[in-house]
Amino acid sequence: MNAVATLPTTHDEDWRYADPAALAALAPTALEAWQEQVLAPGERRAKALVLDAGQAGLHRVRLTVGKDARAELFALITAPEYTRLEVEVTLAEGAHFEFGGVTLGGGANVQEFVTRVVHAEPNATSNQTVRAVQWGHATGNFLGRIEVVKHAQKTDAAQNFRAILLEKGAAANTKPELEIFADDVKCAHGAAIGAMDEQAAFYMASRGLPPEVARKLLVRAFIADAFVEIAEEAERETMLERAVAALGEAAL
Amino acid sequence: MLTIENLHAEVDGPNGKKPILKGLSLTVNAGEVHAIMGPNGAGKSTLAYVLGGRPGYAITQGSVTFNGQDLLALEPHERAAAGLFLGFQYPVEIPGVSNVQFLRESLNAQRKARGEESLSGGEFLKLARDRAGLLKMDMEMLKRPVNVGFSGGEKKRAEMVQMGILDPQFAVLDETDSGLDIDALRVVGEGINAIMRAPGKAVLLITHYQRLLEVVKPDVVHVLAAGRIVKSGGPELALELEEQGYEAVA
Repeated sequence: MNAVATLPTTHDEDWRYADPAALAALAPTALEAWQEQVLAPGERRAKALVLDAGQAGLHRVRLTVGKDARAELFALITAPEYTRLEVEVTLAEGAHFEFGGVTLGGGANVQEFVTRVVHAEPNATSNQTVRAVQWGHATGNFLGRIEVVKHAQKTDAAQNFRAILLEKGAAANTKPELEIFADDVKCAHGAAIGAMDEQAAFYMASRGLPPEVARKLLVRAFIADAFVEIAEEAERETMLERAVAALGEAAL
Repeated sequence: MLTIENLHAEVDGPNGKKPILKGLSLTVNAGEVHAIMGPNGAGKSTLAYVLGGRPGYAITQGSVTFNGQDLLALEPHERAAAGLFLGFQYPVEIPGVSNVQFLRESLNAQRKARGEESLSGGEFLKLARDRAGLLKMDMEMLKRPVNVGFSGGEKKRAEMVQMGILDPQFAVLDETDSGLDIDALRVVGEGINAIMRAPGKAVLLITHYQRLLEVVKPDVVHVLAAGRIVKSGGPELALELEEQGYEAVA
C-alpha cells in the first residue's frame, strides 16, 4: 500500500483550511493514532487539554458516550505551529457532549478544531462553543459536523463560533455541517467574526489601562464562554490564565 | 491647569478629513468649573475626544498644555494617569468584564504609572462602596459587567462613580446630564461637586442645558460655535442662552 497516497490535502473538505505544508510533512501513522475513550452508561468524564508549543500537530480523539453519560472536553490551542484537534463523538440515548475550544495565536500559523458529533440515539444533547483569537497572519478554524440519525428524536445540538482578529491579515473560518435525518430535533448554530472593539479599547484606555492590559481583559472575557462549563473553578482559571499568558507573548 | 491654544482638529469621515475645531483657545485654572455650551455640530464632543486622545482625530495646529505637560504627546492611558478623566456622552458596554475588575485594574494601572502602591482588593472595595454611595448606586451594580444592561441614566451615574474612584485632577464631562431625570440630575450634579469641587481640581462641563448648571455652578461659561469659542462670560451667560438661544447671544 502506498501510504503517501492516503495523506489528506486541502482539496479534502475536512482539511480545506489546513496548512498544506504541514499536511505534506504529516506522518501517515499520525492519521491512525486515534485516542479512544469509552464512557460507561451514566459515567461522567471531563478533560481539559492545552496544546501548546510542545503539543503541536495532529491530535485525534474518539469518544463513545454511553446511555445518560456525560463527556466534557475543553481544549486550548496556543501552539505556534500547525495544530489540529479532531474529535469524533457518538452519543447513546440521553448522553451529553460538552465541548469548549479556544484557538489563540499569531505568526502564519493554522490552529483548528474539527468535530463530528453523531447523535445515534434519541434524547442526546451536545453543546459546542469555540472562540478564536488570532493576529499576524494566523488562522483559526472550527469545522463542526453534527449527524442526527433517523430515530434520534429529541436531539438537542448547539454549536457556536466567534472569532476576533486582532490585526489585519489574521483569518478565521467556520463551517457548520448539519446532517439531520430525524424530524423532531433542535440544532442551533451561530457564528461571528470581527475585529477588536475599538470603542471599548478607547474607553478602557481613557480610564488608564495600557493597551496590552485592556486587550488581556477583553480577550479573557471573550474566550470565557468556551470554558464556562468547566466545573472546577481552579481549572477554569488555569485555562484562562494560560490563554492570557500566550496572548502576553504576542508582539502587537 | 489646562491651556488650549489655537487648536485645529479634523476628524476622519466618510468623505475624507473634515475640519471641526478651528482655532479654539481656552484656559481653565485649578479650582474652576467651566461650562461649554453650543449648538449641535459646534465641535463640543470633538473637543472632549481630542482631549482624551481618541483615535481618528488629527490635530493640525495648536497645542494643549496640562499641568505644564504637552497633553497631545501622551497616549490616552497616559493622559488618565496624568490626572485627566473623560466622562462619555455614550458610555461603552464591555461584556464579560465587571465594573469592579475594570476599575480596580484601571486605578492600579494609573497608580503604577505614577509610582504609587497598588490598592489591595479590600481597600479597593471600600473605596468603591463609598463612591457608589455618593452617587446613590447599588454596589451590586458594580459587580455586573461594565454598562451592560444599564439604562441611559444608570450609565451616566456609573460614569460618575468611575470618576469618584479614579479621583482625577481634571474632568471633561461630555453631556453627562443627557438621559437623566430630574432626581438623577441632582444626584449626579451633587456627585460632581463632591468629587471635583476642590482647590487642586477643575472641570470642563459640556452641556446643552442650564439645569445641570443650577447644581454644578460654573465659574465661567463659554459658547462654542463652528469650532471656536465665540463668547465667554459668567454664569449669567448660560441663563441668557437659555432665554434667547445661541443665535441671538453669540
